[in-house]
Amino acid sequence: MSLATIADREVHVDAEGFMTEYDEWTEELALTLAANIGIELTDAHRKVIRFLRDDYRSQGETPTLRRVTTVGGIPTKELFNLFPKKPAKKMAYIAGLPKPAGCV
Amino acid sequence: MKRLLVLGAGTAGTMVVNKLRPLLARDEWTITVVDQDDDHLYQPGLLFIPFGSYSPGEVVKPRRNQLRPGVALVLGEIDVVRPDESTVRLADGRELAYDYLVIATGTTPRPDQTPGMMGAEWRQSVFDFYTLEGANALAEKLATWEGGRLVVHITEMPIKCPPAPLEFAFLADSFFEERGMRDRVDITYVTPLDGAFTKPVASRLLNGMLEERRIRLEPDFIIERVDDEAKSIVSYDEREIPFDLLVTVPLNMGADYVARSGMGDELNYVPVDKHTFLSAHWDNVFAIGDASDIPTSKAGSVAHFAVDVFTGNFLQHIRGEEMSGHFDGHANCFVESGAGRAMLIDFNYDLEPLPGKYPFPVVGPLTLLAERRMNHWGKLMFKWIYWHALLPGRRLPVPTSMSMTGKEVVTTTTTEKERV
Repeated sequence: MSLATIADREVHVDAEGFMTEYDEWTEELALTLAANIGIELTDAHRKVIRFLRDDYRSQGETPTLRRVTTVGGIPTKELFNLFPKKPAKKMAYIAGLPKPAGCV
Repeated sequence: MKRLLVLGAGTAGTMVVNKLRPLLARDEWTITVVDQDDDHLYQPGLLFIPFGSYSPGEVVKPRRNQLRPGVALVLGEIDVVRPDESTVRLADGRELAYDYLVIATGTTPRPDQTPGMMGAEWRQSVFDFYTLEGANALAEKLATWEGGRLVVHITEMPIKCPPAPLEFAFLADSFFEERGMRDRVDITYVTPLDGAFTKPVASRLLNGMLEERRIRLEPDFIIERVDDEAKSIVSYDEREIPFDLLVTVPLNMGADYVARSGMGDELNYVPVDKHTFLSAHWDNVFAIGDASDIPTSKAGSVAHFAVDVFTGNFLQHIRGEEMSGHFDGHANCFVESGAGRAMLIDFNYDLEPLPGKYPFPVVGPLTLLAERRMNHWGKLMFKWIYWHALLPGRRLPVPTSMSMTGKEVVTTTTTEKERV
């Protein structure tokens, strides 16, 4: 774990740049995080990010793609359109949550 | 009389009842276990059936013969659990009441959950091997297959016995080599993960093993559908991988009655405390083995280590005491690598597989995270151990919690993984 400066703020991140402290995240930070990976946030993105943040708060872990689809009601195809190629990782990165644990 | 009801007489459920029966007085406790049929399947054996090295008769035995005297077996399909009333209703209308319930109905491959998977090509050129029917059908197919593009595919994690698809790819390589037709087979390993395995040290090693065997790795592949006309699998990001023979591991889900009972997550796994297995919602309900949502491998070895912890916890819990057993997520698996060799990996919630010796530090005799002939024999011997020591609930001479003694700590300079 190390410190990184994102949008002029010091935040804790892991070796791959995922934020590790839930409460350090803000909506403005999300804009910068998204820009880092070439995504411009729209309301559709924000809806997904909000679901991830809420779900993490109640469940204690980053939701899987399946969970975002079945519980959050957002089709997988749409997640791939919003967060191309690697939606699970990209969503978690922007939402300031730990990288989703690939279950062993 | 107090009533303990266990749902599922598979690996976990059978161990639970056999361990608890001698510990719960017969004049105070009844123990009943429910299953839909009387066939106990030795699931680790399924991997070998497609290659003709095990016959179906070696992997199935009657469930009732694995249960200790004093355990009642009820055969029937479970319709619904009513946890607030502490009753279970079977599909034929029978009602079973309980004081304590243990859910051990495991996880099942669900090819119906991926569009096109069960289409016209199902069991023609699209196969699974996690069911006896699938493994048998694939054995027949492989016996006469003349080669082409073999795609070994995982739909979504978590799956039962996570190394099994890798082992399948290694064994297939070796099988075609022995038949002198390896040059006519092109093997691709397709996974939703970002490498061969999730844990970095093991993943790096296994990636290398795929490469040595000329097996192409297609990572980060989230399947949308099987196109059974074009004979290809299609991902959400529109990659298409053509196949002549697809060996897939379908989506794994817990039992449907769990969902009907309102007791499961989005994959029908029962949320429990990952150290004690007690339900997050009901104080007289536990879930153990593959049926629970604990974040470790869905595997018999996990169920075995888990039941060791569970037994003590259950006895404390029914006496109203604090549960002192603390499961660490310990798992170990033999990984068949083909040509009569295997690797062994040992890990838990917090520690990834590392090189070393097992079960005894330094002396072994099994070697962790390296291909050895001895490990392969260990895997074959395990079938005997399973039927004669594991299921009856005898103590095995291996520690329940993971040990770091004798392991070599490998520092992972996080392989500059592609930016998110």
